[in-house]
Amino acid sequence: MNSERRRFLGESGLMLATLGLVSSGFFNRARANSELWDSTAFGAEEIESAIKEIVGVDIFPHADVSIIAPEIAENGAVVPVGVEVAMPNISKIAILCEKNPHPLAALYDLSEGTVANIRTRIKMAETSRVVVIAKSGDKFYSADKLIKVTAGGCGG
Amino acid sequence: MKVRAKISDDGITDVRILIRHDMETGLRKEKDGTLVPPHFIQNVMVKHQGRVVLTAQWGAAVSKNPYLNCQFLNGTVGDVVEVSWIDNKGQAESINTNIIV
Repeated sequence: MNSERRRFLGESGLMLATLGLVSSGFFNRARANSELWDSTAFGAEEIESAIKEIVGVDIFPHADVSIIAPEIAENGAVVPVGVEVAMPNISKIAILCEKNPHPLAALYDLSEGTVANIRTRIKMAETSRVVVIAKSGDKFYSADKLIKVTAGGCGG
Repeated sequence: MKVRAKISDDGITDVRILIRHDMETGLRKEKDGTLVPPHFIQNVMVKHQGRVVLTAQWGAAVSKNPYLNCQFLNGTVGDVVEVSWIDNKGQAESINTNIIV
């Protein structure tokens, strides 16, 4: 084998090793905490600021955005909140709790073919409006629901 | 972490995820008055046959031992569903499961 060919194989070997690290998720782990988590939105202490950070444009309350949650939550530490959107092309869903120290609870990015139906459980500090925002195409729609909390759940 | 992916007659694959994690807000106090530092999952990713179907960014307001239920189309029995998460301390977990009926 001549020296030029050996050098070429050496470089492509390094590239393959790097690809191995990428596919094993190593780089994804390092990136996750800096680029893929919206610290400004999650750090906002007022719901309007959190919404502005996520949306930045007008939001339209719409009956097709549904919040599936109890009227009264016995345990504020575990409040089931579901979002269903009867609109096409939903690419984002956000769940916010107005009176929480940091209102933004969760932000979902949906691929094509993913149903706009998400269920999760959140902590609520006290009785509060829960606001849900859904992105359909390039417009944002919302719904809100007052959920009463008998025992607050943020641990503060 | 437990994951179950089940497909029904309407062609929707329903994924249920339950993760063991303290999801500490950083606001809770120990008995001696010191604050328990924040420790919570920040990112979750759900893939179907290697293709991302859902990503989530979570704040500490997601409940302890988080539950997530999501759904997608175009799945088939036996397909691989992968769920992975990473928290603010860089701890991570990933699980693969197959779609069942």
